Amino acid sequence: MDEILLNVTDLRAGIEGKEILKGINLTVRPGEVHAIMGPNGSGKSTLSEVLAGNPAFSVNGGYVDFHGKDLLALSPEDRSHEGLFLSFQYPVEIPGVSMVNFMRAALNAKRKYFNEEPLSATEFLKLMRQKRAIVELDNKLASRAVNEGFSGGEKKRNEIFQMAVLEPRLSILDETDSGLDIDALRIVAGGVNKLRTERNATIVITHYQRLLDYIKPDFVHVLYKGRIVRTGGPELALELEERGYDWIKEEID
Amino acid sequence: MKDMTTDKTTKPEKNDSKNVIDNVTGNEYKYGFTTDIDTDIIPRGLNEDVVRFISAKKGEPEWLLEFRLKAFRHWLTLTPPEWAHLDIPEIDFQAISYYAAPKVKENPKSLDEVDPELLDTFSKLGISLDEQKKLTGVAVDAVMDSVSVKTTHRDKLAELGVIFCSISEAVKDYPELVQKYLGKVVPYTDNFYAALNSAVFSDGSFVYIPKGVRCPMELSTYFRINAAGTGQFERTLIVADDDAYVSYLEGCTAPMRDENQLHAAIVEIIVEDRAEVKYSTVQNWYAGDKQGRGGVYNFVTKRGLCRGDHSKLSWTQVETGSAITWKYPSCVLSGEGAVGEFYSVAVTNNYQQADTGTKMIHLGSNTRSTIVSKGISAGHSQNSYRGLVKVAPKANGCRNYTQCDSLLLSSTCGAHTFPYIDVLNDTAVVEHEATTSKISEDQIFYCNQRGIPTEEAVGLIVNGYAKEVMNKLPMEFAVEAQKLLQITLEGSVG
Repeated sequence: MDEILLNVTDLRAGIEGKEILKGINLTVRPGEVHAIMGPNGSGKSTLSEVLAGNPAFSVNGGYVDFHGKDLLALSPEDRSHEGLFLSFQYPVEIPGVSMVNFMRAALNAKRKYFNEEPLSATEFLKLMRQKRAIVELDNKLASRAVNEGFSGGEKKRNEIFQMAVLEPRLSILDETDSGLDIDALRIVAGGVNKLRTERNATIVITHYQRLLDYIKPDFVHVLYKGRIVRTGGPELALELEERGYDWIKEEID
Repeated sequence: MKDMTTDKTTKPEKNDSKNVIDNVTGNEYKYGFTTDIDTDIIPRGLNEDVVRFISAKKGEPEWLLEFRLKAFRHWLTLTPPEWAHLDIPEIDFQAISYYAAPKVKENPKSLDEVDPELLDTFSKLGISLDEQKKLTGVAVDAVMDSVSVKTTHRDKLAELGVIFCSISEAVKDYPELVQKYLGKVVPYTDNFYAALNSAVFSDGSFVYIPKGVRCPMELSTYFRINAAGTGQFERTLIVADDDAYVSYLEGCTAPMRDENQLHAAIVEIIVEDRAEVKYSTVQNWYAGDKQGRGGVYNFVTKRGLCRGDHSKLSWTQVETGSAITWKYPSCVLSGEGAVGEFYSVAVTNNYQQADTGTKMIHLGSNTRSTIVSKGISAGHSQNSYRGLVKVAPKANGCRNYTQCDSLLLSSTCGAHTFPYIDVLNDTAVVEHEATTSKISEDQIFYCNQRGIPTEEAVGLIVNGYAKEVMNKLPMEFAVEAQKLLQITLEGSVG
């Protein structure tokens, strides 16, 4: 399949005047899973935040094509509507705002963008129920405030739940495995796998091979000092697990 | 594929991290229209003749004129209070007209007799005076400028012995009740504005719930200032006799004008044995423009006397309007085991100022009070909570819980808390909790990433923050109040 979902060309970006991404090139096609690995401080989270449009970061150059759209010209909410989803490394708490209200606002904003009528309460609740099952989240979630008092595992499951509701074309999972015990990891990864289709794609950002045992990547990229310095198949992740990053650092530096 | 410019920024201007809140508060006041209607208005200025004129115009009995005159003479000896954390420009009380009335037929018997312009005004405000309102189970008293325009559902309420009418009518139809209670909770000597109101009060609502009656519908008064250069001085009196229950709602709006308009109201509530009154306010007087020009001065004295054993009074207020608010709905808990509650959301934006809170005066034993105050400040506004919890020496086993939160939406606004605690009895338990927080950029971005635009995100977050109070509002008001919060804060995230 030759269709391209995301094409990142020479992307340079930073925060507070410091350049972190120094020319990223990345092509993602529908149906693919890409893993981005790399040592701390290499720019993995910056890449996900910049793609999602976090205004705290500034883009200094490059172009990102997202199924024909100029991604960087879109507002964060329009990027979301166009099908970009970021599962946050640290999901924020929004006290007093129930998950139901939050998700209804999110879903109806998307429907409005596509000139669709808002979902009725019944349809919406039915959808919530269906999607909840994917990540084995219980009923009580709906009435709880967004991430408030959630355990680490619940927060991550909640991210995947939101992903399930919004049905993105491209999901970026930023360190989704951090802070998860093995059971939670299995559930989260299971949720991601259930949501995989021919049409959508996933970028998994992780430190560890562990998550990749559950979410099988087609490509593994190593990000170091703001550049993708190596790209390979799943075997690259295993090699990194075994040898660490030092050998790559030595090659580059 | 590479036909792009090299310099790009991920942030469309409206999401600039510094301007986010700014952009959420730029909304125009949607109730700012005036109604083109014939108005009876007296010349500006205040003296005994004006007080006599108002009283005569309303055909009042001698005792009430005396009450007004005493209040007026007392008022002359007072100066406006200056202790609040408010910057109030000097008010020329002689530059205000103290009586304005839309010309309507005396006591319209049916809606056909009400000026269609008036009906139109109220329907624009979302207040239908039509009989279809029956379906929603809300009885409405609509007050425009100084006069009650129409009270709905009176017949149905009368069957239960519930009296709900304008206070002018009550003076005529139930003089003994009005005389018995008027000025008993808020005497005209109480403060400067209470004295002024007592001298010149125009109209307002009167509610009497007889023994053992649960009022089957929400009672609602809708206040509207229309005429220019006038003040509004309404007076509300609510009496809940033994074992009675009523839920009362008050809403207010005004047109947009460059000048400031004075609103100095009094609300008095008397709660007898085991009776309960819920009083809810959604205050949306015109707040002035973004530069702080114009807007209503809202100087209001509201107090309830829970003199019955195990009586209960609950104040819920959502304050979004007015240029300056000075208001402390209070409970005097003199009955054994009486309960007082105060739930407040006060939003200030642009150059609005609010100094609002409550007083819980524990005079009876085993009385309990709860205060939940949620301040939200944006723009250059100043928002203060001022509260007094007092426990008298002979009041044993009293409890108070106070929670006082501030949410800041800009770096140029101010949030202040002035809690006074005066406990003269060792058995009292008084708790006070306070927090201050800001809406974080992370929260906004999280919402944006899920597709929720910034303005809506701020609305969600603010409503979440205020939820505890909003939940106390009757259903009919809750949705409206939520929208109001969001509209008030449009363009204010930053």
